[in-house]
Amino acid sequence: MSYLNSQDIHQFRNRILSISGEDASKCIQCGKCTAGCPISPEMDVQPNQILRLIQVNDPDTLLRCSTIWICASCQTCSVRCPEEIDIAKIMDSIRKLALEAKGPLGEENVVKFDEIFLDSIRKRGRVHELELVMKYNLALRRPFKDAQLGPVMFARGKLGFLGHKIKELGKIKEIFQNSKRLLKP
Amino acid sequence: MQVGYYPGCSLESSAKEFDLSIRAILREMKISLKDIPDWNCCGASPAHYLNEELAMALPYRNLVKAEEAGLDQVISPCPACYSHLKHVHEEVLKQTHLADRLGAIVGKKYGGGIVSKHLLDFIKQDIGFDRLKSSLKAPLSRLKVVSYYGCLTRLPGVHIDDMENPTLMDEVVNAMGGEALEWSHKTECCGASLSVSRTEIALRLVNSILEAAQDKSADCIAVVCPLCQSNLDTRQGDIHKHYGKNYGIPILYLSQLIGLAQKLDYSQLGLDRLVIPPKNLLIEKGILEK
Repeated sequence: MSYLNSQDIHQFRNRILSISGEDASKCIQCGKCTAGCPISPEMDVQPNQILRLIQVNDPDTLLRCSTIWICASCQTCSVRCPEEIDIAKIMDSIRKLALEAKGPLGEENVVKFDEIFLDSIRKRGRVHELELVMKYNLALRRPFKDAQLGPVMFARGKLGFLGHKIKELGKIKEIFQNSKRLLKP
Repeated sequence: MQVGYYPGCSLESSAKEFDLSIRAILREMKISLKDIPDWNCCGASPAHYLNEELAMALPYRNLVKAEEAGLDQVISPCPACYSHLKHVHEEVLKQTHLADRLGAIVGKKYGGGIVSKHLLDFIKQDIGFDRLKSSLKAPLSRLKVVSYYGCLTRLPGVHIDDMENPTLMDEVVNAMGGEALEWSHKTECCGASLSVSRTEIALRLVNSILEAAQDKSADCIAVVCPLCQSNLDTRQGDIHKHYGKNYGIPILYLSQLIGLAQKLDYSQLGLDRLVIPPKNLLIEKGILEK
């Protein structure tokens, strides 16, 4: 438990507070977040443990865990927290810090998918669903994942092959260029 | 009556039937839609953490475009699109520095004049149940429906219903003569985009939702989100493979149910686009003629 002896035990808690406005030290470990979390069976660190690890200043575990990436942002935890901590927002903040730390990520694939998603917006102004899923599956070197859905989706007219592009694409590129990763760094 | 409309990316492809049915039912009630000109993607979930300013600037541009087009109300059928428009609108009204920053990024200033609506609150507040009922030609008699809201009511900026026990969709179903059933999984998570990146998690979640609907002997599940619809509908084959369960429960957009009660055409409502076809069910219930 060497992290307990670190110079500033509140360091990570303060960092989270500064970028999200959410104070993890209010957590009383009641466990409601974990009890209601739909993804908790697959999580390596439970939502209440995430808050505890912030309190005891353990960024190493937090930044590398899988939990922050498979959190579906369904907001159930945030709605039920008796201390009114927006836990989903904290999950989002740890994601930002994990990217910033540039170390190994708990779920590289989720990030890959999200990056391809943003790239689609940059190039088209809108998301082209078919292209998004195909690019993602190619990036993961498993081009035939979910291929079984292809024929029925095609037959039902659910696959747009060409996608759409907006007119002011230059404007979208400008917005991408002007936007900074963090609002309050 | 003309209202602004922000369809969002899914309604152009995988959720085309949501778009078709909304346009059709509103036309039936003499409401015409005007799309936000040249709208862009709201940034969805990925933009949040990958680029925080971008996550707000993308919806901000849509608000600017809507205002430039002279719109005052904008309906966003997709919960994520709706939440983003509404959330950014609320935040820029609260924080002047944020408004200035987003104005600088987008190169134009949003005046704060757009009222965002989800289809559900538009039906309740602006159309009203009386006007909705007077547009109906064939009640959805004997159709047992469970309403599935997913995370809609908990998203930032969304304040349209009770967060844990919403009833708006149920009210609409009952107003159409259908039978809205009480059930346990109204607001459980469908797994959202984990359906692509961690499919097995989404399958577990979708399986539990379908199981809960089946336990109630529901004829179908009503939804108002493209992602919920897609996960619940397209994954039933995979669930059969993984869990050995063959639910075959049709997942209909609420707007399609309304369209059926208005006696609109099956394919005009995009009902032939659903993966689990509702045709036999609707014939059996006397809602659709053979």
